[in-house]
Amino acid sequence: MRNDRNRSGPRWLAPALLLFGMNAAVAAAPESPKLGRPASPGEIAAQDINVFPDGAGLPPGKGTALEGKAIFDMKCVSCHGPKGMGGSAGELAGGGSLTGPHPDKNIGTYWPYATTLFDFIRRSMPLDAPRSLSEDQVYAVTAYLLHINGIVDERAEMNAGTLPRVVMPNRDGFVQVWPGEKAE
Amino acid sequence: MSDQEAREPGLLQPVAGGGLLDRRLFLKKGLAFGAGAALVGHMRQGLAEEPPWMKTPGEPFTNYGRPSPHEKEAIRWISANSGAPGNGISWTPLHKLEGIVTPNGLHFERHHNGVPQIDPHQHRLLIHGLVENPLSFGIEDLLRYPMVSRLCFVECGGNSNAGWHEEPIQTPVGYFHGLASCSEWTGVPLAVILDEAGLRPDARWLIAEGADAAAMNISIPVEKAMDDAILALYQNGERLRPENGYPLRLILPGWEAVLSVKWLRRLQAANQPVMARNETAKYTELLPSGKARQFTFVMDAKSIITFPSPGQHLRGPGLYRISGLAWSGRGRIKRVDISADGGRSWAEAALQEPVLPQCFTRFRLPWRWDGSPLVLKSRAVDETGYVQPERRALIAERGRHGYFHYNAIVSWAVAADGTVSHVYA
Repeated sequence: MRNDRNRSGPRWLAPALLLFGMNAAVAAAPESPKLGRPASPGEIAAQDINVFPDGAGLPPGKGTALEGKAIFDMKCVSCHGPKGMGGSAGELAGGGSLTGPHPDKNIGTYWPYATTLFDFIRRSMPLDAPRSLSEDQVYAVTAYLLHINGIVDERAEMNAGTLPRVVMPNRDGFVQVWPGEKAE
Repeated sequence: MSDQEAREPGLLQPVAGGGLLDRRLFLKKGLAFGAGAALVGHMRQGLAEEPPWMKTPGEPFTNYGRPSPHEKEAIRWISANSGAPGNGISWTPLHKLEGIVTPNGLHFERHHNGVPQIDPHQHRLLIHGLVENPLSFGIEDLLRYPMVSRLCFVECGGNSNAGWHEEPIQTPVGYFHGLASCSEWTGVPLAVILDEAGLRPDARWLIAEGADAAAMNISIPVEKAMDDAILALYQNGERLRPENGYPLRLILPGWEAVLSVKWLRRLQAANQPVMARNETAKYTELLPSGKARQFTFVMDAKSIITFPSPGQHLRGPGLYRISGLAWSGRGRIKRVDISADGGRSWAEAALQEPVLPQCFTRFRLPWRWDGSPLVLKSRAVDETGYVQPERRALIAERGRHGYFHYNAIVSWAVAADGTVSHVYA
């Protein structure tokens, strides 16, 4: 199926003009009061929690699955179940196949990047106290989830250097639909 | 014979099977929807005694209006995780609404960890990463910027996903297709702010992040951000509601709603997507091959008949108005066809003006039901020529485990007793 078409002009122009009778010259180059205030490196660092697949954004710190199990069993197990299975939240492990009548989508079978675990856990878990885990604890829980999916050894240390090098089983399992024909 | 019939006898002849009539009937005066008898009945009752609300003063003014207490069923249904009540969805009751605008209190919701109660004086938007000037904006700042208004739909990528089920779900249409709503959004074109920050040539993606307890993040292509993305401050004329992103959210017209990040607090320009959980583990569609579609941003054309629909009841044979909604993330709806014989024949519906791109489009068609069982369908065609697929075609292409982006033609079976049910036909 086709994807979004490449267009040169802002698409909001036409309906905006139609509906609200805006002056075309104003709409094409809106005058900006330029009120943005410069953001300092410290201000940015305090907020920037994005972690990219190449490891950009990963903080200092470290943890292993052995350490992560204790944290998981205390803070995560009530929703995710022992070893990430059988809880009220989605299955985190358990293997299986992505094909057939009942595909199993979990971290081991589906997630393409290990860095996504760190990014997601740090920003939003546990649900009742997000941002409460230390960086070391996030690395440790990440290591534990990788371990229960058979991806890393229980003593393997996850840190800013090792985590981006973990190759997830489904790393090549995605077909990027956007930008479609523009990329061809 | 009515005056209408006398002038244009052909107009009241069916134009397709199942009793579908010509959409041009709506353009003419004098199409009486069998209302004459009912009107006489009302007048007769009225003559006996005036209603009580005409014989005593009414209620005083209110600071903020509320729906009539008689409309208690026009509400969002909530489907949340009992262990985590802030994680779930609520549906727009499309079966209770007409026209194209969704009332603000009925706009669908998807929250990952509750609705944050944000103080607008403390909330700021940070733009950093691959920009010449990292900048921070307060809400008061943004309120001084040039603004645009745009009527457009917002639809969850997971809307209508019950369509993938083996058995047709039996529920009112809003609780099947109502993770879609339509509003007038007003705010600052994102391009204006990005120009001020100065995107560097290697900036290909913007990683947007919300200020909720999930700090929901997702990657947006710079092309879309510069094209028609809006930093929305107002919805249908009033400031955003907390559950719709107060005080600031993104609106990306026509794209799956998870990208229209609510409670927006940060945009990081980057040369790569962040590969967040909600663009890898979720909002991707597993195919039968075991591969999954990713970055399926555009919402394909869809249409649904909202009247008659499951839970509603036809009170005997006669003249009815079929009504429904169509929309497409690719642009304007060009045409909606309706079938009342299970897809054997089709008639073109009337489209309510104005027909806007990436916007709900109301369609209607007069229909004379003879009381026999039949199957109603609607089929949207958008201005790119894209035709809403039949369910079997969609499943042949995507399998049944994609979960997201279900947009197949919907079939309602009307039984002889006037009840309506969802069928795969």
